[in-house]
Amino acid sequence: MNVSSVKGSMSISSSTSTWKAGDTISDQFPAGLRVLVVDDDPTCLMILEKMLTACLYKVTKCNRAETALSKLRENKNGYDIVLSDVHMPDMDGFKLLEHIGLEMDLPVIMMSADDGKQVVMKGVTHGACDYLIKPVRIEALKNIWQHVVRKRKNEWKEFEQSGSVEEGDRQPKQSDDADYSSSANEGNWKGSKRRKDEEEETDERDDTSTLKKPRVVWSVELHQQFVAAVNQLGIDKAVPKKILELMNVPGLTRENVASHLQKYRLYLRRLSGVSQHQSNLSTIISAQDPTFGSLSSLSGLDLQTLAATGQLPAQSLARLQAAGLGRATAKSGIPITLVDQRNIFSFENPKLRFGEGQQQHMTNKQQVNLLHGIPTTMEAKQLVSLRHAAQSVGNMNMQVPPPGPQSSQNNPLLMQMGQQQQQQQSRGQILVDSTINHAPRLSSMGQPILSNGMATNVSSRNGIPENIRAPGYSQTPSMLNFPMNHASELPGNCFPLGSTPGVSNLTSKGAFQEDVNSEIKGSGGFMPSYDVFNDLNQHKPQSWELQNVGIAFDSSQHSNSLQGNLDLTQSALGQQGFSSGQMNGHNRSAAVASKAVFSTGDVKELRSAQNVNQHLNNLLVDNTIRVKSERVCDTSPANIFPDHFGQDDLMSALLKQQESVASSENEFDFDGYSMNNIPV
Amino acid sequence: MELVQIQRSLVDYTKSLFMEGFLDAQFLQLQQLQDDSNPDFVFEVVSLFFEDSEKLLNELIIALDQPNVDFKKIDSHVHQLKGSSSSIGAQRVKNACIAFRNYCDVQNIEGCLTCLQQVKQECYLVKNKFETLFRLEQQIMASGGSVPTIELGF
Repeated sequence: MNVSSVKGSMSISSSTSTWKAGDTISDQFPAGLRVLVVDDDPTCLMILEKMLTACLYKVTKCNRAETALSKLRENKNGYDIVLSDVHMPDMDGFKLLEHIGLEMDLPVIMMSADDGKQVVMKGVTHGACDYLIKPVRIEALKNIWQHVVRKRKNEWKEFEQSGSVEEGDRQPKQSDDADYSSSANEGNWKGSKRRKDEEEETDERDDTSTLKKPRVVWSVELHQQFVAAVNQLGIDKAVPKKILELMNVPGLTRENVASHLQKYRLYLRRLSGVSQHQSNLSTIISAQDPTFGSLSSLSGLDLQTLAATGQLPAQSLARLQAAGLGRATAKSGIPITLVDQRNIFSFENPKLRFGEGQQQHMTNKQQVNLLHGIPTTMEAKQLVSLRHAAQSVGNMNMQVPPPGPQSSQNNPLLMQMGQQQQQQQSRGQILVDSTINHAPRLSSMGQPILSNGMATNVSSRNGIPENIRAPGYSQTPSMLNFPMNHASELPGNCFPLGSTPGVSNLTSKGAFQEDVNSEIKGSGGFMPSYDVFNDLNQHKPQSWELQNVGIAFDSSQHSNSLQGNLDLTQSALGQQGFSSGQMNGHNRSAAVASKAVFSTGDVKELRSAQNVNQHLNNLLVDNTIRVKSERVCDTSPANIFPDHFGQDDLMSALLKQQESVASSENEFDFDGYSMNNIPV
Repeated sequence: MELVQIQRSLVDYTKSLFMEGFLDAQFLQLQQLQDDSNPDFVFEVVSLFFEDSEKLLNELIIALDQPNVDFKKIDSHVHQLKGSSSSIGAQRVKNACIAFRNYCDVQNIEGCLTCLQQVKQECYLVKNKFETLFRLEQQIMASGGSVPTIELGF
């Protein structure tokens, strides 16, 4: 489970000095977590503040995005996490998300009453750690600290890796191996196995290396110098010694450069397949040029980096890809500012640890892995030919089909590469485009797709799972995360699993990863049911008018109880690695509802809220004892408010209800609240 | 009226609100947040909601009255209303907002106007319900008693 590893790294982190300045994990963590909440709705803001305070967090509230930004800028290290509404009058929540990701690199959780897939997806692609559906429940807020820890853990690890030479040298190799052992590293850019190894190595080495030598932090400027030096020498000829001489940075050793170079090469390699939008490539390239001298030689690489950091829109990245692929370095005006570029390289961690230029270094293995994940239509031969034919758009087109999964995969990688929260547009773009299977885009995708797969395989597990599933979107996260966390189980591909929440993905998923199917189905099953549940929700209001109000109420009760029972459902589905806290309100309900809708078993057998939806329908038309007996499920609500409502009380109450079914009120057959005591 | 009786009335009344769909479980969450350090929390939040919703409703009336209706703006207002009403557990208001948004999506002015009326109506109704609720609570507090917490299913 993630928790243990997180804790492990947490303890390690605290022992190192590379912890982010000002961020120390106190013993009472997560109490005292400094939360900034932004919402233009005063009612929601007040409720959130109260809830967060009840969670023992230190809360600062703002009702305007601008205020929030200025607060963050004034006190960069004064906050651990940001909660922001999506719809705000002065600034779009996603824009705020971008800014925060760029400037402060804090985990950001989006919130909205809007639970539409598009919006949630936007949250994912823009790099939100999570997406909460309003009304936000306190239970959902209790778990937000995990995002903080996760982020720090990732950054710490990267610090560690960038600073430690031996480790750095080993890691790229490991990642390569991991990549090549396709099945082992589904969805993880580092692979779970490797990650564990790394952690252990890191743990050991950390202490020694911390004591022995100062860690080199690859700051933006330093990295820019590095890249400039590499560009000058030419990626093939760039040897650490010469780079070191060119950089002329006092205190920098050849070993530092060597390890960084290796990581950079890997990063570039991964980047080569990430971008799927050709148009942006050229734009990015042109933007790059001003900043970096001979950008063209490494255009693909650097652009990838930039794109990865989310600074560049997906299209720019695609354009870069094209450039990197050797196409004419078309220069179109890209709105990439130098600041952004600097930010891109601001990762003082080996986020650059991605493969190098696509063509030059793409390996068969990597591509194969990548392609496996991609749509079933892809075959090994095609993959191979694709790989070789960097420019063979035709082949690429075939690969494009399941853009959804790929993009989701890509995104994790991108996010991992850059700041996690900076992957906004590129991901969004990729995802959207993928889903639409836009023909023109396909041609440009070509290699990027391959790289994506590759990247995905290599992408760190840390980044992807969180980011992908962050939006708290039940189906998406579950599906996305499955591949990630089960890298070893997926035969060399994470795409289909980590697919976007599109029903279409289900087919592609089913097509290939049989191993994963069991898990995917679980999540896949959510997809259609989600819509069903929505329909149910939609129908509810009408049904209320017509039918028992009590039923309507209870249905809502059940939806809440569904949330509480989602945990059960999740475990039942064999989900792993994610806290149920990731799921939220409607999402959970949808997930559970889907199960309920599809389940046809005896009511009594369905102890969880799974049968709730079924009941909903039943209730609407049938006020029989059967419905009442199903109230046993109502005990689930007790799970939601364990603190406030004695489960025993509830159970006994419900059981009593059940017993006295015959004598119960007939008008309201069922409800979350006992009817027995209500005088009629 | 005896304290116990008032308390009982309160409980029953609250339950009826749930049963009739005026309130949903989110309201319980609010109640849970209320504690001794913040004894009027629910009252404050609900009051805030009505203040805010009144403004939103007025904006909506104005917006729908325009020759060129800006559906995007309307949708945004309704969305906000939906968010805040769902946050306090005002279920019927929330549902009316959902219906409203649907008409907004298809740019059906007539439908929007009807929905607006519905939302206003629901807000008005639930406001009255809350007022009754708070009055009962006040009576209890005045008699020296404590407000009973609502439990799911007795």
